[in-house]
Amino acid sequence: MLEGNGVETETIVHEEPASAAARPEPLITLRGVSQSFKTRKGDLQAVDNVDLSVGPGEVLCLVGESGCGKTTTARMAAGLARPSAGLVEYQGRDIWSMSKREFTDYRKSVQYVHQDPYASLNPIRDIHRTLATPLKKHGVAKGRKDGWQQAAKLLEQVDLSPAESYLPKFPHQLSGGQRQRVAVARALSLNPKLIIADEATSMLDVSIRIGMLNMLGRLRDDLGVGFLFITHDLAIAKYFGWHGRIAVMYLGRVVEFGPTPQVINDPQHPYTKALLDAVPEPDPDLTRTKKAGGGLRSSEIPSLADLPSGCSFHPRCPLFEADTCDVLRPELETVATDREVSCHVVGGASPLHVPRARSGGGE
Amino acid sequence: MPTTDPPKTDGPILSVRDLHVAYRTGDGKTVEAVRGVDFDLYPNQSLALVGESGCGKTTLGLGLLRLLPKLGSVPKGSITYNGRKGESVDVLALRKQELRKWRWRDAAMVFQGAMNSFNPVLRIIDQMGDTIRAHPDGERKPSKKEIWERSAEMLRAVRLEPNRVLPSYPHELSGGMRQRVLIAMSLLLDPKLLILDEPTTALDILTQRAIVDVLHELRAERKFAMVFISHDLAIAAELADRVATMYAGRIIETGTARDIFYGPRHPYTVGLIKAVPPVVGDLPELASIPGTPPSLSNLPSGCAFAPRCGYVEERCTSVDPELDPITERAAGQTHAAACVRWQDVVYERKVVAHA
Repeated sequence: MLEGNGVETETIVHEEPASAAARPEPLITLRGVSQSFKTRKGDLQAVDNVDLSVGPGEVLCLVGESGCGKTTTARMAAGLARPSAGLVEYQGRDIWSMSKREFTDYRKSVQYVHQDPYASLNPIRDIHRTLATPLKKHGVAKGRKDGWQQAAKLLEQVDLSPAESYLPKFPHQLSGGQRQRVAVARALSLNPKLIIADEATSMLDVSIRIGMLNMLGRLRDDLGVGFLFITHDLAIAKYFGWHGRIAVMYLGRVVEFGPTPQVINDPQHPYTKALLDAVPEPDPDLTRTKKAGGGLRSSEIPSLADLPSGCSFHPRCPLFEADTCDVLRPELETVATDREVSCHVVGGASPLHVPRARSGGGE
Repeated sequence: MPTTDPPKTDGPILSVRDLHVAYRTGDGKTVEAVRGVDFDLYPNQSLALVGESGCGKTTLGLGLLRLLPKLGSVPKGSITYNGRKGESVDVLALRKQELRKWRWRDAAMVFQGAMNSFNPVLRIIDQMGDTIRAHPDGERKPSKKEIWERSAEMLRAVRLEPNRVLPSYPHELSGGMRQRVLIAMSLLLDPKLLILDEPTTALDILTQRAIVDVLHELRAERKFAMVFISHDLAIAAELADRVATMYAGRIIETGTARDIFYGPRHPYTVGLIKAVPPVVGDLPELASIPGTPPSLSNLPSGCAFAPRCGYVEERCTSVDPELDPITERAAGQTHAAACVRWQDVVYERKVVAHA
């Protein structure tokens, strides 16, 4: 039932290296998007001038610490928040100047899966109603029997089977992993082209998490669903987004961007390096060789309300150079094909970095 | 630096034998959440309890310090704590007053969910002061200055700035800072046994790293034994000398961190490890363990893991295997698995993409 999504799906690229020249037309494009929040202490710049795009069947991982602007960016991409500057485009059209019909179509095509499956499902609706209501509302399902059958199909797609036994249940009768699958099934109900997954697996047990990621991977590969995938865990980003790209965010800005294998195996920005150094490995010998504190000078993230001057990462940065980093704000610059870094020390002035031969990371 | 396997010259600090923990349910029945656990913990050793949610890790941790909720009880088993002066304490026989003294001074626990462990309307200095005042050295009451100094020293040990943290309320601190304050509080009375329940769960990756670093440092300086509960196997690889995998209320495999991560012999442990994505190196194929853990009120006969196990045989549904030694080593070093087919269990990682 999820076939025939539109013309874009014929250019699924999941088998292709992420750096392949022929990228499909993006579904969602953020152009110079910013978001500021008014507080008593003045304006907070939660997201500052972010450019990103995701195409069908592509994965873009947004990584960074809490408060780096990942969720705010995702909410803008989902049309849940209006940017204070910049454009959010869906298939080349500015979503905030769309007609009502176009906007409805966009809303159907871009679905959001939240972190907490305990909070995102209505506790007094059984699973059948949770899934059938949007189907009926948008005229996809006609009548009760059709609604039931389509809801059952959705559950099969997220590996909840036999579906018949889950449909009459209420959220409290399901485990966290099962609830999150229901949340994904609901997101799938309107044949989305893009799923925005906001830490959608971070509350789940290890084994359940991988099952969930493998299931999402099938939606990506078989149905050509694009993903804006938000996670603070680079191991998860590596696993789910190997054929995609990673954007590393820090205090509202993208500080490094590139194909996943390159960002993970050959990080450029000192912040990306620190994040990678901080991830514990499931290997006792290897993990104990990692640098204490990820090599950072401080483990505390500065407040958005009181951003450091120059490069906002400079108070924590191991490569900090006085009179440059604390004065000038670095821009995101292209350092190699398809790679961007925002750093005075490793980017810009330093010689261009040659990307690795195996950049796409084939099978 | 690897801290694996410090030499064991003394006896264990904690000996647990055939421990059972039961909960009363609404309909008057009891459900066993821990079903016969044995282990020894040696001084300055760290033991990770790993497994899926609902396998009994937290219940076991709470049971060790007798912190079970009202509906919980210990119908069977023994917990022996061997103190620093060579005294042997039967933890299950301690009376209320003795138990209060034993906790904090000898054994302390850091609970999951840092915010809930604080009184939200007390400043950090008052909460730390309460702990110090409740456990005075002898008759003399500690002065305000002493309390401040002892608290400040502990906070510096967890790399927090005392002048910033002590006058703050819990909500004024970040999650990672709160977690470090809790660790500092738990160590105020210099206990020799620390139990941590998911100390890094729900924290950011750099904050997690800061906690892990602090625990490494504290353990090197203060020499305490540690039991930590985690569903995150990578954290176990980082912090544990020994690992015990729990399933349906029992320890089904135990060994050194290297035994468990490089040569797991129980199919369940293999399944858990195969579900953890690494960040360094090749991209391996990952898979989840099929099915879900059994309901503790309705356990399958024989091995509780049999219905989900790829190695299952007919005998697995009739025999519930005991921990069988795989490599015999010195006390507290053995690798053992509770599986009738451990000899056949192979652990391989299939690479799907090269780094």
